[in-house]
Amino acid sequence: MTDALPQRALGTALLVVALLACWQALFIYAGASALTSPLDTIAYAAQLLGTASFYPHLIETAKAFTIALGFALAFGFLIGFTLGLHRFSGEVGEPVLVALYSIPKITLYPIVLLAFGIGMPAKVAFGAIHGVVPIAIITLAAVRNLNPVYLKAARVLRLKPWQITASVLLPAAVPEIFTGVRVGFSLTLIGTLLGEMFASQRGLGFLLIQAIGLHNIRLIMALTLILVVIAVAASTILLAVDHRLRRAY
Amino acid sequence: MSPGRVRLALAIGIVVLLEALVRFGVIDRFALIPPSEILWDLGALLLGGAIWPAIGKTLTDVALACVAAVVVGVVLGTLIHRWRPFREALDPLFAAYYAIPVYAFYPLFIVIFGLGDVPQVLIGFMLGLVAVIVNTLNGLDRVPRVLIKTARAFRLGPVATAAEITLPYAAPYIFTGVKLAVAYSFIGVIGAELIMSRTGLGYEIGFAYNNFDNAVMYPLIVLVLVVAGSVNAMFFMWEKKLLARRRR
Repeated sequence: MTDALPQRALGTALLVVALLACWQALFIYAGASALTSPLDTIAYAAQLLGTASFYPHLIETAKAFTIALGFALAFGFLIGFTLGLHRFSGEVGEPVLVALYSIPKITLYPIVLLAFGIGMPAKVAFGAIHGVVPIAIITLAAVRNLNPVYLKAARVLRLKPWQITASVLLPAAVPEIFTGVRVGFSLTLIGTLLGEMFASQRGLGFLLIQAIGLHNIRLIMALTLILVVIAVAASTILLAVDHRLRRAY
Repeated sequence: MSPGRVRLALAIGIVVLLEALVRFGVIDRFALIPPSEILWDLGALLLGGAIWPAIGKTLTDVALACVAAVVVGVVLGTLIHRWRPFREALDPLFAAYYAIPVYAFYPLFIVIFGLGDVPQVLIGFMLGLVAVIVNTLNGLDRVPRVLIKTARAFRLGPVATAAEITLPYAAPYIFTGVKLAVAYSFIGVIGAELIMSRTGLGYEIGFAYNNFDNAVMYPLIVLVLVVAGSVNAMFFMWEKKLLARRRR
């Protein structure tokens, strides 16, 4: 581990350099009318992060995303545990979940808008719709693959269903469930941003769709960069936690 | 009752419930039209013929994105697998990839490639590509050493080894990637069409929505869900068949 870490850091650094080089090459090829150079984009992103009017949008997105993730986790766990514990419901429900996972949920946005109107509830609903299904599928698989002895032991001890969930299932399935949380995190973020693009007057997604409308390439590039950095940073942290959990168990 | 029958009964129940809720005015007709009318409108739309170019365009784009993602993904996956340092450098990118909102690149693609089919196909391709690469790598990791030794004993070159031994062994894992690529191609293409485009099913849904044209919007949404759902189900059954043959 101690030897592998600097080497891996070197690999990641090389990767970042290679991506920046590709970007610069694309910039030279496509020209300033199509995209901005890496240096210019980073400078503009830094400038954007320095302006006070940017933060209400960032906070709005963070708020919508947090609430959406809360709903996605709550419903995902509820569905996953219920279907995972009750074998027959699981057999009925799992193909439905898999089918829901693979349909383009973005086509449902008009329905979400008609149901929730424009604003925070629609964004949250859109984010949660994207996150809930993978969380439910992975939780379902995690609960079903548990060693049945645990459940038998819990039944022998006459634990109540919520006790079984809290003190047996949850601790035993934590590493797998966390993988679900990680996947759900990414998809909820994408869903929330999409929701903002269509159904909002505030937030990063709104800024992005507005920049598209105004053909403001600098803003599009800087926003894309900020979003990618946030998403990659968050997912790297979650991945590290994921690995640690797996090793600990 | 078998799980399949219960599912069918549940689906019918939900449709009947929605029908009743709209007919008795619990749900506003402005928000939802009854399922029977959606079906009727869908029939009229398909017979009318004006929608077929949009359907053809979307399905062509989805197919292009999917095939490109699978071919490029398997080739790249095989190459990356052979060169270990490269793979270790790319692993964090793959792990973080699906956290990146790919649609954020769409405006960029429009600026670079214009508002034709290319940006939409590219979004579908980008969404599917990494799923194929990751699953190809996963499959190649599981090839037993003895098979690779056999290839060496027969003095097979790297291309022949991949084509005749390692890739066929990894096929079930690659198939998981293919299924994801199919789903992601639909999601990517139709999503991109909704955000900004001139034709296609996504565009038509967005157009109908902006005009409060529920008699077009709902049938098209149902059409997209049914088409995407049946294509996915087809691949699911094909996979089952392949796996069954393998086990024999």
